[in-house]
Amino acid sequence: MRNGLGRLAKSLLVPTIVLVLWEALSRAGKISPAILPAPSQVVVRWWLYLAPAQAYDPSQESRLAWLFSGELPQDAAGSLSRVVVGFLIGGGIALPLGLLMGRKPIVYELMSPLLEILRPIPPIAYIPLSILWFGLGNPPAFFLISLGAFFPVLVNTIAGVRNVDAIYVRAAQNLGANEATLFRRVILPAAMPYILTGVRVGIGVAFIVVIVAEMTAVNKGLGYRILEAREFMWSDKIIAGMITIGLCGLGIDVLMNRLNRWLLRWHRGMES
Amino acid sequence: MPEPAVHIAAVRKAFRTGGREVVALDGIDLDVAPGELVCLLGPSGCGKSTLLNAIAGFAPPTAGTVLANGRPVTGPGPDRAMVFQEYALFPWMTVEANVGFGLELRGEPRQVVREKVSALLRQLGLSDFRDRFPKDLSGGMRQRVAIARVLAIDPPMLLMDEPFGALDALTRRNLQDELLRLWAELGKTVVFVTHGIEEAIYLADRVVVMTYRPGRVKQIVPVKLPRPRDTASAEFNQLKRTVSQLVMEEQARHEQAERAATAD
Repeated sequence: MRNGLGRLAKSLLVPTIVLVLWEALSRAGKISPAILPAPSQVVVRWWLYLAPAQAYDPSQESRLAWLFSGELPQDAAGSLSRVVVGFLIGGGIALPLGLLMGRKPIVYELMSPLLEILRPIPPIAYIPLSILWFGLGNPPAFFLISLGAFFPVLVNTIAGVRNVDAIYVRAAQNLGANEATLFRRVILPAAMPYILTGVRVGIGVAFIVVIVAEMTAVNKGLGYRILEAREFMWSDKIIAGMITIGLCGLGIDVLMNRLNRWLLRWHRGMES
Repeated sequence: MPEPAVHIAAVRKAFRTGGREVVALDGIDLDVAPGELVCLLGPSGCGKSTLLNAIAGFAPPTAGTVLANGRPVTGPGPDRAMVFQEYALFPWMTVEANVGFGLELRGEPRQVVREKVSALLRQLGLSDFRDRFPKDLSGGMRQRVAIARVLAIDPPMLLMDEPFGALDALTRRNLQDELLRLWAELGKTVVFVTHGIEEAIYLADRVVVMTYRPGRVKQIVPVKLPRPRDTASAEFNQLKRTVSQLVMEEQARHEQAERAATAD
Protein backbone atom coordinates (compact mmCIF):
# COMPACT_ATOMS: atom_id res chain seq x y z
CA MET A 1 0.00 0.00 0.00
CA ARG A 2 2.72 2.47 1.02
CA ASN A 3 4.73 1.29 -1.88
CA GLY A 4 1.79 1.88 -4.22
CA LEU A 5 1.25 5.39 -2.92
CA GLY A 6 4.95 6.14 -3.24
CA ARG A 7 5.00 4.98 -6.81
CA LEU A 8 1.89 7.02 -7.61
CA ALA A 9 3.48 10.14 -6.09
CA LYS A 10 6.64 9.54 -8.09
CA SER A 11 4.78 9.14 -11.34
CA LEU A 12 2.75 12.30 -10.76
CA LEU A 13 5.70 14.45 -9.73
CA VAL A 14 6.96 15.62 -13.12
CA PRO A 15 3.53 16.17 -14.72
CA THR A 16 2.50 18.23 -11.69
CA ILE A 17 5.61 20.42 -11.88
CA VAL A 18 5.05 21.00 -15.59
CA LEU A 19 1.40 21.90 -15.03
CA VAL A 20 2.16 24.26 -12.15
CA LEU A 21 4.93 25.99 -14.10
CA TRP A 22 2.73 26.27 -17.16
CA GLU A 23 -0.15 27.71 -15.11
CA ALA A 24 2.18 30.15 -13.34
CA LEU A 25 3.74 31.39 -16.58
CA SER A 26 0.33 31.88 -18.15
CA ARG A 27 -1.05 33.75 -15.16
CA ALA A 28 1.99 35.96 -15.02
CA GLY A 29 1.19 36.97 -18.59
CA LYS A 30 4.47 35.62 -19.95
CA ILE A 31 2.70 33.57 -22.65
CA SER A 32 -0.09 34.83 -24.84
CA PRO A 33 -3.27 32.81 -24.16
CA ALA A 34 -3.83 32.62 -27.90
CA ILE A 35 -0.58 30.66 -28.22
CA LEU A 36 -0.71 28.57 -25.08
CA PRO A 37 -3.69 28.93 -22.73
CA ALA A 38 -3.34 28.13 -19.03
CA PRO A 39 -4.16 24.56 -18.06
CA SER A 40 -7.08 25.77 -15.96
CA GLN A 41 -8.50 27.50 -19.01
CA VAL A 42 -8.16 24.29 -21.03
CA VAL A 43 -10.02 22.36 -18.34
CA VAL A 44 -12.87 24.90 -18.34
CA ARG A 45 -13.05 24.76 -22.10
CA TRP A 46 -12.93 21.00 -22.07
CA TRP A 47 -15.87 20.92 -19.69
CA LEU A 48 -17.88 23.29 -21.90
CA TYR A 49 -17.05 21.10 -24.87
CA LEU A 50 -18.12 18.02 -22.97
CA ALA A 51 -21.32 19.23 -21.29
CA PRO A 52 -24.71 19.21 -23.02
CA ALA A 53 -25.58 22.49 -24.67
CA GLN A 54 -29.27 22.53 -23.78
CA ALA A 55 -30.93 22.06 -20.44
CA TYR A 56 -32.42 18.60 -19.88
CA ASP A 57 -35.92 18.26 -21.30
CA PRO A 58 -37.54 14.88 -20.55
CA SER A 59 -40.14 15.37 -23.29
CA GLN A 60 -37.44 15.62 -25.95
CA GLU A 61 -34.99 12.86 -25.15
CA SER A 62 -33.83 10.27 -22.64
CA ARG A 63 -31.46 11.15 -19.83
CA LEU A 64 -28.64 9.19 -21.42
CA ALA A 65 -29.10 10.80 -24.82
CA TRP A 66 -29.04 14.20 -23.14
CA LEU A 67 -25.86 13.38 -21.22
CA PHE A 68 -24.14 12.58 -24.49
CA SER A 69 -25.62 15.45 -26.45
CA GLY A 70 -22.60 17.71 -25.93
CA GLU A 71 -20.30 18.49 -28.81
CA LEU A 72 -17.40 16.41 -27.52
CA PRO A 73 -19.27 13.12 -26.94
CA GLN A 74 -20.82 13.46 -30.38
CA ASP A 75 -17.43 14.10 -31.97
CA ALA A 76 -15.74 11.27 -30.09
CA ALA A 77 -18.52 8.81 -30.88
CA GLY A 78 -18.33 9.81 -34.55
CA SER A 79 -14.57 9.36 -34.72
CA LEU A 80 -14.63 6.05 -32.86
CA SER A 81 -17.43 4.67 -34.98
CA ARG A 82 -15.47 5.58 -38.12
CA VAL A 83 -12.46 3.75 -36.68
CA VAL A 84 -14.57 0.69 -35.90
CA VAL A 85 -16.34 0.53 -39.28
CA GLY A 86 -13.16 1.25 -41.23
CA PHE A 87 -11.21 -1.28 -39.22
CA LEU A 88 -13.86 -3.96 -39.65
CA ILE A 89 -13.80 -3.46 -43.41
CA GLY A 90 -9.99 -3.40 -43.71
CA GLY A 91 -9.30 -6.09 -41.13
CA GLY A 92 -12.22 -8.16 -42.38
CA ILE A 93 -10.66 -8.35 -45.83
CA ALA A 94 -7.09 -8.70 -44.58
CA LEU A 95 -7.71 -11.62 -42.21
CA PRO A 96 -9.05 -14.22 -44.67
CA LEU A 97 -6.68 -13.00 -47.36
CA GLY A 98 -3.75 -13.29 -44.95
CA LEU A 99 -4.80 -16.77 -43.88
CA LEU A 100 -4.94 -17.87 -47.51
CA MET A 101 -1.69 -16.16 -48.48
CA GLY A 102 0.09 -17.67 -45.51
CA ARG A 103 -1.16 -21.18 -46.19
CA LYS A 104 -1.30 -21.36 -50.00
CA PRO A 105 1.96 -20.45 -51.77
CA ILE A 106 0.12 -19.98 -55.05
CA VAL A 107 -2.15 -17.29 -53.56
CA TYR A 108 0.88 -15.63 -52.03
CA GLU A 109 2.77 -15.61 -55.30
CA LEU A 110 -0.20 -14.18 -57.15
CA MET A 111 -1.15 -11.51 -54.64
CA SER A 112 2.10 -10.34 -53.13
CA PRO A 113 3.58 -8.36 -56.08
CA LEU A 114 0.57 -6.05 -56.22
CA LEU A 115 0.37 -5.74 -52.45
CA GLU A 116 4.08 -5.04 -52.13
CA ILE A 117 3.72 -2.14 -54.58
CA LEU A 118 0.74 -0.70 -52.73
CA ARG A 119 2.00 -1.26 -49.21
CA PRO A 120 4.61 1.52 -49.00
CA ILE A 121 2.02 4.16 -50.03
CA PRO A 122 0.88 5.81 -46.77
CA PRO A 123 -2.92 5.72 -46.46
CA ILE A 124 -2.87 9.49 -46.15
CA ALA A 125 -1.56 9.71 -49.70
CA TYR A 126 -4.87 8.26 -50.83
CA ILE A 127 -6.81 11.28 -49.53
CA PRO A 128 -7.11 13.13 -52.85
CA LEU A 129 -8.14 10.00 -54.69
CA SER A 130 -10.57 8.98 -51.97
CA ILE A 131 -12.34 12.35 -52.13
CA LEU A 132 -12.44 12.11 -55.90
CA TRP A 133 -13.93 8.64 -55.71
CA PHE A 134 -16.25 8.95 -52.73
CA GLY A 135 -16.88 12.66 -52.29
CA LEU A 136 -16.98 14.09 -48.77
CA GLY A 137 -18.32 12.56 -45.56
CA ASN A 138 -18.03 9.07 -44.14
CA PRO A 139 -17.30 6.99 -47.28
CA PRO A 140 -13.82 8.38 -47.98
CA ALA A 141 -13.02 8.10 -44.26
CA PHE A 142 -14.05 4.45 -44.21
CA PHE A 143 -11.94 3.85 -47.28
CA LEU A 144 -8.84 5.52 -45.82
CA ILE A 145 -9.19 3.90 -42.41
CA SER A 146 -9.74 0.43 -43.82
CA LEU A 147 -6.68 0.94 -45.99
CA GLY A 148 -4.66 1.91 -42.93
CA ALA A 149 -5.85 -1.14 -40.98
CA PHE A 150 -5.53 -3.53 -43.90
CA PHE A 151 -1.78 -3.92 -44.23
CA PRO A 152 -0.79 -4.42 -40.59
CA VAL A 153 -3.45 -7.11 -40.20
CA LEU A 154 -2.50 -8.73 -43.50
CA VAL A 155 1.23 -8.81 -42.94
CA ASN A 156 0.95 -10.15 -39.40
CA THR A 157 -1.62 -12.76 -40.35
CA ILE A 158 0.64 -14.07 -43.10
CA ALA A 159 3.57 -14.21 -40.69
CA GLY A 160 1.38 -15.89 -38.09
CA VAL A 161 0.20 -18.62 -40.44
CA ARG A 162 3.72 -19.24 -41.67
CA ASN A 163 4.95 -19.60 -38.14
CA VAL A 164 2.37 -22.17 -37.14
CA ASP A 165 4.36 -25.13 -35.88
CA ALA A 166 3.96 -27.92 -38.45
CA ILE A 167 3.49 -30.41 -35.65
CA TYR A 168 0.04 -28.98 -34.81
CA VAL A 169 -1.01 -29.41 -38.41
CA ARG A 170 0.29 -32.97 -38.40
CA ALA A 171 -1.42 -33.80 -35.15
CA ALA A 172 -4.74 -32.42 -36.42
CA GLN A 173 -4.50 -34.23 -39.76
CA ASN A 174 -3.60 -37.37 -37.89
CA LEU A 175 -6.78 -37.05 -35.83
CA GLY A 176 -8.78 -36.70 -39.03
CA ALA A 177 -9.05 -32.95 -39.64
CA ASN A 178 -9.87 -31.80 -43.18
CA GLU A 179 -8.54 -28.55 -44.64
CA ALA A 180 -11.50 -26.41 -43.53
CA THR A 181 -11.34 -27.65 -39.95
CA LEU A 182 -7.60 -27.24 -39.98
CA PHE A 183 -8.00 -23.55 -40.85
CA ARG A 184 -10.67 -22.82 -38.29
CA ARG A 185 -9.56 -24.93 -35.35
CA VAL A 186 -5.78 -25.08 -35.72
CA ILE A 187 -4.21 -22.49 -38.00
CA LEU A 188 -6.39 -19.58 -36.90
CA PRO A 189 -5.87 -20.05 -33.16
CA ALA A 190 -2.20 -20.96 -33.58
CA ALA A 191 -1.64 -17.74 -35.55
CA MET A 192 -3.71 -15.68 -33.10
CA PRO A 193 -0.76 -14.09 -31.23
CA TYR A 194 0.51 -12.65 -34.50
CA ILE A 195 -2.94 -11.70 -35.73
CA LEU A 196 -3.67 -9.77 -32.54
CA THR A 197 -0.40 -7.90 -32.91
CA GLY A 198 -1.59 -6.95 -36.39
CA VAL A 199 -4.97 -5.89 -35.03
CA ARG A 200 -3.33 -3.67 -32.46
CA VAL A 201 -1.06 -1.98 -34.96
CA GLY A 202 -3.96 -1.75 -37.41
CA ILE A 203 -6.21 -0.02 -34.91
CA GLY A 204 -3.39 2.36 -34.05
CA VAL A 205 -2.98 3.29 -37.71
CA ALA A 206 -6.76 3.54 -38.13
CA PHE A 207 -6.85 6.00 -35.25
CA ILE A 208 -4.21 8.21 -36.85
CA VAL A 209 -5.93 8.05 -40.21
CA VAL A 210 -9.35 8.95 -38.82
CA ILE A 211 -8.03 12.23 -37.44
CA VAL A 212 -6.41 13.12 -40.74
CA ALA A 213 -9.46 12.04 -42.70
CA GLU A 214 -11.67 14.24 -40.54
CA MET A 215 -9.37 17.18 -41.11
CA THR A 216 -9.73 16.85 -44.86
CA ALA A 217 -12.77 14.93 -45.97
CA VAL A 218 -15.38 14.58 -43.25
CA ASN A 219 -16.23 17.91 -41.57
CA LYS A 220 -17.16 16.07 -38.39
CA GLY A 221 -15.43 14.34 -35.53
CA LEU A 222 -12.48 15.16 -33.29
CA GLY A 223 -10.04 15.81 -36.10
CA TYR A 224 -12.39 18.26 -37.77
CA ARG A 225 -13.15 19.97 -34.44
CA ILE A 226 -9.56 20.88 -33.60
CA LEU A 227 -8.96 22.15 -37.12
CA GLU A 228 -12.12 24.23 -36.87
CA ALA A 229 -10.97 25.60 -33.51
CA ARG A 230 -7.79 26.84 -35.13
CA GLU A 231 -9.77 29.03 -37.48
CA PHE A 232 -11.22 30.81 -34.46
CA MET A 233 -7.83 30.87 -32.72
CA TRP A 234 -9.27 28.78 -29.85
CA SER A 235 -6.07 27.23 -28.71
CA ASP A 236 -7.76 26.07 -25.50
CA LYS A 237 -10.27 24.08 -27.48
CA ILE A 238 -7.55 22.67 -29.71
CA ILE A 239 -5.74 21.35 -26.65
CA ALA A 240 -8.96 20.07 -25.12
CA GLY A 241 -9.62 18.22 -28.37
CA MET A 242 -6.13 16.80 -28.43
CA ILE A 243 -6.49 15.54 -24.89
CA THR A 244 -9.77 13.89 -25.86
CA ILE A 245 -8.08 12.22 -28.81
CA GLY A 246 -5.39 10.96 -26.46
CA LEU A 247 -7.96 9.61 -24.01
CA CYS A 248 -9.82 7.80 -26.81
CA GLY A 249 -6.56 6.22 -27.95
CA LEU A 250 -5.78 5.17 -24.41
CA GLY A 251 -9.25 3.66 -24.06
CA ILE A 252 -8.84 1.65 -27.25
CA ASP A 253 -5.47 0.42 -26.06
CA VAL A 254 -6.80 -0.69 -22.68
CA LEU A 255 -9.69 -2.54 -24.33
CA MET A 256 -7.34 -4.23 -26.80
CA ASN A 257 -5.09 -5.29 -23.95
CA ARG A 258 -8.00 -6.91 -22.15
CA LEU A 259 -9.12 -8.67 -25.30
CA ASN A 260 -5.58 -9.83 -25.96
CA ARG A 261 -5.15 -11.26 -22.53
CA TRP A 262 -8.44 -13.11 -22.69
CA LEU A 263 -7.94 -14.52 -26.17
CA LEU A 264 -4.38 -15.57 -25.43
CA ARG A 265 -4.95 -16.92 -21.93
CA TRP A 266 -3.57 -20.24 -23.16
CA HIS A 267 -0.35 -18.69 -24.39
CA ARG A 268 2.95 -19.34 -22.67
CA GLY A 269 3.94 -15.69 -22.71
CA MET A 270 0.70 -14.78 -20.95
CA GLU A 271 1.48 -16.46 -17.64
CA SER A 272 0.97 -13.86 -14.95
CA MET B 1 -1.56 -66.25 -40.61
CA PRO B 2 -3.68 -63.12 -40.06
CA GLU B 3 -3.14 -60.08 -42.22
CA PRO B 4 -0.36 -57.94 -40.74
CA ALA B 5 -1.32 -54.57 -39.22
CA VAL B 6 1.66 -53.03 -40.95
CA HIS B 7 3.27 -54.43 -44.05
CA ILE B 8 6.44 -52.78 -45.30
CA ALA B 9 8.21 -54.08 -48.36
CA ALA B 10 11.34 -52.78 -50.13
CA VAL B 11 10.84 -49.29 -48.74
CA ARG B 12 13.39 -46.69 -49.75
CA LYS B 13 13.43 -43.05 -48.75
CA ALA B 14 15.92 -40.57 -50.14
CA PHE B 15 15.98 -36.81 -49.85
CA ARG B 16 18.32 -34.06 -50.85
CA THR B 17 20.09 -31.83 -48.38
CA GLY B 18 22.63 -29.28 -49.50
CA GLY B 19 22.78 -30.75 -53.00
CA ARG B 20 23.66 -34.22 -51.72
CA GLU B 21 21.34 -37.16 -51.78
CA VAL B 22 20.87 -38.78 -48.41
CA VAL B 23 19.38 -42.25 -48.29
CA ALA B 24 17.47 -42.42 -45.04
CA LEU B 25 15.87 -45.82 -45.61
CA ASP B 26 16.86 -48.59 -47.96
CA GLY B 27 15.39 -52.01 -48.56
CA ILE B 28 13.22 -52.10 -45.46
CA ASP B 29 11.01 -55.15 -45.08
CA LEU B 30 8.94 -55.45 -41.95
CA ASP B 31 5.62 -56.91 -40.90
CA VAL B 32 3.90 -56.04 -37.65
CA ALA B 33 1.17 -58.39 -36.45
CA PRO B 34 -2.13 -57.02 -35.12
CA GLY B 35 -1.86 -56.37 -31.40
CA GLU B 36 1.91 -56.55 -31.47
CA LEU B 37 4.17 -54.04 -29.73
CA VAL B 38 7.22 -53.41 -31.86
CA CYS B 39 10.05 -51.02 -31.04
CA LEU B 40 12.20 -49.45 -33.72
CA LEU B 41 15.60 -48.90 -32.16
CA GLY B 42 18.73 -47.25 -33.45
CA PRO B 43 21.06 -44.27 -33.19
CA SER B 44 19.88 -40.90 -34.47
CA GLY B 45 20.10 -40.83 -38.25
CA CYS B 46 19.04 -44.45 -38.66
CA GLY B 47 15.73 -43.39 -40.16
CA LYS B 48 13.48 -44.86 -37.48
CA SER B 49 11.34 -41.73 -37.31
CA THR B 50 11.33 -41.54 -41.10
CA LEU B 51 9.93 -45.06 -41.19
CA LEU B 52 7.29 -44.16 -38.61
CA ASN B 53 6.33 -41.06 -40.61
CA ALA B 54 5.95 -43.24 -43.68
CA ILE B 55 3.52 -45.48 -41.79
CA ALA B 56 1.72 -42.40 -40.43
CA GLY B 57 1.44 -41.00 -43.94
CA PHE B 58 3.20 -37.71 -43.22
CA ALA B 59 6.03 -38.38 -45.66
CA PRO B 60 5.59 -41.06 -48.33
CA PRO B 61 8.59 -43.22 -49.17
CA THR B 62 10.50 -42.75 -52.42
CA ALA B 63 9.90 -46.36 -53.36
CA GLY B 64 8.37 -49.51 -51.92
CA THR B 65 5.10 -50.54 -50.32
CA VAL B 66 3.58 -49.44 -47.04
CA LEU B 67 0.29 -51.08 -46.10
CA ALA B 68 -1.53 -50.27 -42.89
CA ASN B 69 -4.41 -52.54 -41.92
CA GLY B 70 -4.23 -53.97 -45.42
CA ARG B 71 -4.59 -50.65 -47.25
CA PRO B 72 -1.87 -48.59 -48.93
CA VAL B 73 -0.95 -45.52 -46.92
CA THR B 74 -1.78 -42.35 -48.86
CA GLY B 75 -1.88 -39.78 -46.07
CA PRO B 76 -2.34 -39.32 -42.34
CA GLY B 77 -5.48 -40.77 -40.84
CA PRO B 78 -7.14 -41.57 -37.54
CA ASP B 79 -6.62 -45.32 -37.98
CA ARG B 80 -2.94 -44.71 -37.26
CA ALA B 81 -2.84 -42.26 -34.39
CA MET B 82 0.48 -40.64 -33.63
CA VAL B 83 1.96 -39.67 -30.28
CA PHE B 84 4.77 -37.18 -30.71
CA GLN B 85 7.83 -36.60 -28.57
CA GLU B 86 6.90 -32.91 -28.41
CA TYR B 87 3.37 -33.87 -27.27
CA ALA B 88 1.86 -31.63 -29.98
CA LEU B 89 -1.09 -30.76 -27.76
CA PHE B 90 -3.03 -27.78 -29.03
CA PRO B 91 -2.00 -25.08 -26.55
CA TRP B 92 -5.17 -23.04 -27.13
CA MET B 93 -7.39 -25.92 -26.06
CA THR B 94 -7.97 -27.15 -22.54
CA VAL B 95 -7.10 -30.71 -21.64
CA GLU B 96 -10.72 -31.68 -22.14
CA ALA B 97 -10.94 -30.01 -25.56
CA ASN B 98 -7.67 -31.59 -26.67
CA VAL B 99 -8.84 -35.08 -25.77
CA GLY B 100 -12.25 -34.52 -27.34
CA PHE B 101 -10.93 -32.99 -30.56
CA GLY B 102 -10.69 -36.22 -32.56
CA LEU B 103 -14.19 -37.27 -31.53
CA GLU B 104 -15.53 -33.85 -32.48
CA LEU B 105 -13.93 -34.14 -35.91
CA ARG B 106 -15.71 -37.40 -36.34
CA GLY B 107 -18.98 -35.60 -35.68
CA GLU B 108 -19.86 -37.39 -32.44
CA PRO B 109 -22.67 -35.73 -30.48
CA ARG B 110 -21.49 -33.43 -27.74
CA GLN B 111 -22.86 -35.62 -24.97
CA VAL B 112 -20.99 -38.68 -26.25
CA VAL B 113 -17.78 -36.67 -26.55
CA ARG B 114 -18.11 -35.44 -23.00
CA GLU B 115 -18.73 -38.90 -21.59
CA LYS B 116 -15.90 -40.58 -23.48
CA VAL B 117 -13.50 -37.80 -22.56
CA SER B 118 -14.47 -38.00 -18.89
CA ALA B 119 -13.90 -41.74 -18.84
CA LEU B 120 -10.49 -41.40 -20.50
CA LEU B 121 -9.39 -38.62 -18.21
CA ARG B 122 -10.36 -40.76 -15.24
CA GLN B 123 -8.52 -43.73 -16.67
CA LEU B 124 -5.33 -41.72 -17.10
CA GLY B 125 -5.59 -39.83 -13.82
CA LEU B 126 -6.23 -36.49 -15.50
CA SER B 127 -9.67 -35.64 -14.17
CA ASP B 128 -8.40 -32.80 -11.99
CA PHE B 129 -6.73 -31.16 -14.97
CA ARG B 130 -9.62 -31.12 -17.41
CA ASP B 131 -9.94 -27.33 -17.53
CA ARG B 132 -6.21 -26.60 -17.59
CA PHE B 133 -4.30 -25.45 -20.62
CA PRO B 134 -1.24 -27.50 -21.66
CA LYS B 135 1.16 -24.76 -20.57
CA ASP B 136 0.12 -25.42 -16.96
CA LEU B 137 1.00 -29.14 -17.09
CA SER B 138 4.27 -30.98 -16.55
CA GLY B 139 5.83 -32.94 -19.40
CA GLY B 140 4.55 -36.25 -18.06
CA MET B 141 1.01 -34.91 -17.73
CA ARG B 142 1.13 -33.46 -21.22
CA GLN B 143 2.12 -36.81 -22.67
CA ARG B 144 -0.70 -38.47 -20.75
CA VAL B 145 -3.10 -36.00 -22.35
CA ALA B 146 -1.58 -36.73 -25.76
CA ILE B 147 -2.10 -40.46 -25.20
CA ALA B 148 -5.67 -39.85 -24.05
CA ARG B 149 -6.22 -37.75 -27.17
CA VAL B 150 -5.30 -40.58 -29.52
CA LEU B 151 -7.04 -43.25 -27.44
CA ALA B 152 -10.22 -41.18 -27.67
CA ILE B 153 -10.60 -41.98 -31.35
CA ASP B 154 -9.95 -45.65 -30.58
CA PRO B 155 -7.47 -46.33 -33.41
CA PRO B 156 -6.43 -49.92 -34.11
CA MET B 157 -2.82 -48.75 -34.19
CA LEU B 158 -0.69 -46.34 -32.17
CA LEU B 159 2.45 -44.82 -33.64
CA MET B 160 4.73 -43.42 -30.98
CA ASP B 161 7.74 -41.28 -31.89
CA GLU B 162 10.09 -41.27 -28.89
CA PRO B 163 7.10 -40.27 -26.76
CA PHE B 164 8.91 -40.49 -23.44
CA GLY B 165 12.26 -39.18 -24.66
CA ALA B 166 11.94 -35.77 -23.02
CA LEU B 167 10.76 -37.06 -19.64
CA ASP B 168 12.75 -37.74 -16.49
CA ALA B 169 13.54 -41.37 -15.66
CA LEU B 170 10.80 -41.89 -13.05
CA THR B 171 8.06 -40.30 -15.11
CA ARG B 172 9.22 -42.30 -18.09
CA ARG B 173 8.99 -45.63 -16.26
CA ASN B 174 5.59 -44.60 -14.96
CA LEU B 175 4.29 -43.89 -18.44
CA GLN B 176 5.87 -47.04 -19.86
CA ASP B 177 3.91 -49.07 -17.32
CA GLU B 178 0.80 -47.09 -18.13
CA LEU B 179 1.29 -47.78 -21.83
CA LEU B 180 1.77 -51.50 -21.19
CA ARG B 181 -1.38 -51.56 -19.08
CA LEU B 182 -3.42 -49.83 -21.78
CA TRP B 183 -1.89 -51.97 -24.49
CA ALA B 184 -2.75 -55.18 -22.65
CA GLU B 185 -6.24 -53.89 -21.95
CA LEU B 186 -7.06 -52.51 -25.39
CA GLY B 187 -5.12 -54.89 -27.62
CA LYS B 188 -3.84 -52.22 -29.98
CA THR B 189 -0.92 -52.55 -32.36
CA VAL B 190 1.90 -50.27 -31.25
CA VAL B 191 4.90 -49.15 -33.28
CA PHE B 192 7.21 -47.39 -30.89
CA VAL B 193 10.33 -45.49 -31.92
CA THR B 194 13.08 -45.06 -29.34
CA HIS B 195 16.81 -44.77 -28.92
CA GLY B 196 16.59 -46.22 -25.42
CA ILE B 197 17.85 -49.80 -25.34
CA GLU B 198 16.32 -50.58 -21.97
CA GLU B 199 13.04 -48.93 -22.96
CA ALA B 200 12.85 -51.06 -26.11
CA ILE B 201 13.46 -54.32 -24.25
CA TYR B 202 11.14 -53.31 -21.42
CA LEU B 203 8.24 -52.65 -23.79
CA ALA B 204 8.55 -54.64 -26.98
CA ASP B 205 7.48 -58.03 -28.26
CA ARG B 206 10.15 -57.54 -30.90
CA VAL B 207 12.96 -55.01 -31.07
CA VAL B 208 13.85 -53.95 -34.60
CA VAL B 209 17.46 -52.73 -34.54
CA MET B 210 18.21 -50.43 -37.45
CA THR B 211 21.49 -49.51 -39.11
CA TYR B 212 22.93 -46.05 -39.42
CA ARG B 213 22.44 -44.40 -42.81
CA PRO B 214 21.13 -45.86 -44.98
CA GLY B 215 18.62 -47.21 -42.51
CA ARG B 216 18.08 -50.93 -42.91
CA VAL B 217 16.83 -53.60 -40.57
CA LYS B 218 20.02 -54.85 -38.92
CA GLN B 219 18.42 -57.48 -36.77
CA ILE B 220 15.09 -58.26 -35.19
CA VAL B 221 15.41 -59.32 -31.57
CA PRO B 222 12.35 -61.06 -30.10
CA VAL B 223 11.77 -60.43 -26.41
CA LYS B 224 10.07 -63.44 -24.86
CA LEU B 225 10.32 -62.32 -21.22
CA PRO B 226 7.01 -62.26 -19.36
CA ARG B 227 5.60 -58.92 -18.31
CA PRO B 228 6.00 -57.05 -16.05
CA ARG B 229 9.66 -57.34 -16.88
CA ASP B 230 12.32 -57.07 -14.25
CA THR B 231 15.03 -54.80 -15.59
CA ALA B 232 17.47 -56.14 -12.98
CA SER B 233 17.04 -59.80 -13.93
CA ALA B 234 19.82 -61.81 -15.56
CA GLU B 235 17.76 -62.58 -18.67
CA PHE B 236 16.89 -58.93 -19.16
CA ASN B 237 20.52 -57.91 -18.89
CA GLN B 238 21.68 -60.67 -21.19
CA LEU B 239 19.28 -59.33 -23.79
CA LYS B 240 20.38 -55.80 -23.09
CA ARG B 241 24.02 -56.78 -23.75
CA THR B 242 23.05 -58.37 -27.06
CA VAL B 243 21.03 -55.37 -28.21
CA SER B 244 23.61 -52.88 -26.92
CA GLN B 245 26.26 -54.62 -28.95
CA LEU B 246 24.16 -54.21 -32.10
CA VAL B 247 23.27 -50.59 -31.43
CA MET B 248 26.80 -49.58 -30.47
CA GLU B 249 28.15 -50.86 -33.76
CA GLU B 250 25.79 -48.52 -35.54
CA GLN B 251 26.51 -45.69 -33.13
CA ALA B 252 30.22 -46.10 -33.95
CA ARG B 253 29.42 -45.87 -37.67
CA HIS B 254 27.37 -42.76 -36.95
CA GLU B 255 30.24 -41.09 -35.12
CA GLN B 256 32.70 -42.08 -37.80
CA ALA B 257 30.47 -40.57 -40.47
CA GLU B 258 30.20 -37.37 -38.46
CA ARG B 259 33.94 -37.12 -38.07
CA ALA B 260 34.38 -37.67 -41.78
CA ALA B 261 31.78 -34.97 -42.50
CA THR B 262 33.60 -32.46 -40.27
CA ALA B 263 36.93 -33.33 -41.86
CA ASP B 264 35.58 -32.47 -45.33
